[in-house]
Amino acid sequence: MRRVVVTGAGTVNALAPDVAGTLAAMREGRCGIGSLEFADVERLTVQIGAQVRGFTPERLFEKGKISFYDRFTQFALVAAREAMAQAGLTAVPADPTRWGAIIGTAGGGNATVNEAYRAVYAEGKNRVHPFTVPRLMSNAAASHLSMEWGLMGPSFAVATACASSNHALGLAFQMIRSGMADGMLAGGAESMLNFGGLKAWEGLRVMSPDGCRPFSASRNGMVQGEGAGVFVLESLEGARARGANILCEIKGFCMTSDAVDIVMPSRDGAARAMRGALVDAGIAASDVEYINAHGTGTAANDRTEAAAILEVFGDRGAHVPVSSTKAMHGHCIGATGAVELLACLMALKEGVIAPTVNFDSPDPDCPLDVVPNIAREARVDTVMSNAFAFGGLNAVLVLGRF
Amino acid sequence: MQQEILSIIAREAAMDPSDVRSDMTLEELGLDSLGLVEMIFSIEETFGISVPFNANEPTQNDFDISSVGAIVRAVERLISTPELA
Repeated sequence: MRRVVVTGAGTVNALAPDVAGTLAAMREGRCGIGSLEFADVERLTVQIGAQVRGFTPERLFEKGKISFYDRFTQFALVAAREAMAQAGLTAVPADPTRWGAIIGTAGGGNATVNEAYRAVYAEGKNRVHPFTVPRLMSNAAASHLSMEWGLMGPSFAVATACASSNHALGLAFQMIRSGMADGMLAGGAESMLNFGGLKAWEGLRVMSPDGCRPFSASRNGMVQGEGAGVFVLESLEGARARGANILCEIKGFCMTSDAVDIVMPSRDGAARAMRGALVDAGIAASDVEYINAHGTGTAANDRTEAAAILEVFGDRGAHVPVSSTKAMHGHCIGATGAVELLACLMALKEGVIAPTVNFDSPDPDCPLDVVPNIAREARVDTVMSNAFAFGGLNAVLVLGRF
Repeated sequence: MQQEILSIIAREAAMDPSDVRSDMTLEELGLDSLGLVEMIFSIEETFGISVPFNANEPTQNDFDISSVGAIVRAVERLISTPELA
């Protein structure tokens, strides 16, 4: 089987509109969560989130194309441009029929849905924008990436809620490893920070009104974010042949299903995914030097994830650094694993472990080293990145320094 | 009103209203956190009130869910004090 490497990374999220800014924010432990700004926000019970500010589509896209792009597609396109530029590519380097795009998203064109419903229900109009469907479809981002970059191989969207981008990255990894493709753009994109999107979340009563505090005893829920993370994945031989700068290697991946509950997480499903990823990577738990946690800040996730980590890592589970960067960039749902992969890259490339900010009180149910509040310098050769979705669908990646 | 609240609780717990006693806990009703969230939604819709409740800290809210009787009293209080709801 072929080895698979990451040669480019790109992002837009509340911390910054690029990778360098995001990593700087993660090093500083800066929090991108604040008061939300959009129509009707005053009718929400929870009015905080990690919103992307100062994003100017009219400066980023040709005028004729913007009307085809929902905000989640715009985020994906901008992130992919940065990733391709970092990979040193102005076009696909070889046979374009062997390159594709897999983009995870939970809400797809949620902003477009919100606008269209507002028009017909709230404003009483009987007409919506003619491109409502091509904008809202969940595969829109993957499709526009394929068009912008001439990717003529396998492209599709993955929808596994909060694990979407880890599933997308893992599938892209498997396709290259198995020889189905030579290179992929993969990651996730999400934009649900609008009245309808957040009203739906509010109904479930799992969101915090005052902040995201993963693994803290004081945690009281998740805080929504938005954005995208897109990566260039290539076969090692392809990357070497063109002299590419390699950011890291993807070593293993595992997907599991809890098969238990539509929202409550299961320790067993999470533990099986972590163990499976270690087996796939051909390494032992003792090789993992940093875990990027799912760490949503809900009572249930963090308690269950901690128990799963302790189950898989044994006595070492309490000592291996584990951090949740959601406290900084919010829960980007279908994009979250992709944005969090940047923290993994920072650990592997720069030897800096991103902190879990807002940590104010240890929880005996989460006896982990959560790298509280301040980034930590450490040589890290192997990282694990967890994503555990509503619906009980889990996806765990293992990456290695290259 | 008390009967109406009890009938909502019974419906969400899939029980006969005559089997619901005011000293029963959510656990005894067999209601998990999602069942509780759905029960609160039914109460809100029926009485046109807003119940302050975060599923992450069910016991920290201003809404007492320690027993069926406590829930009934909390709902009655919200209905009679519109500024809270």
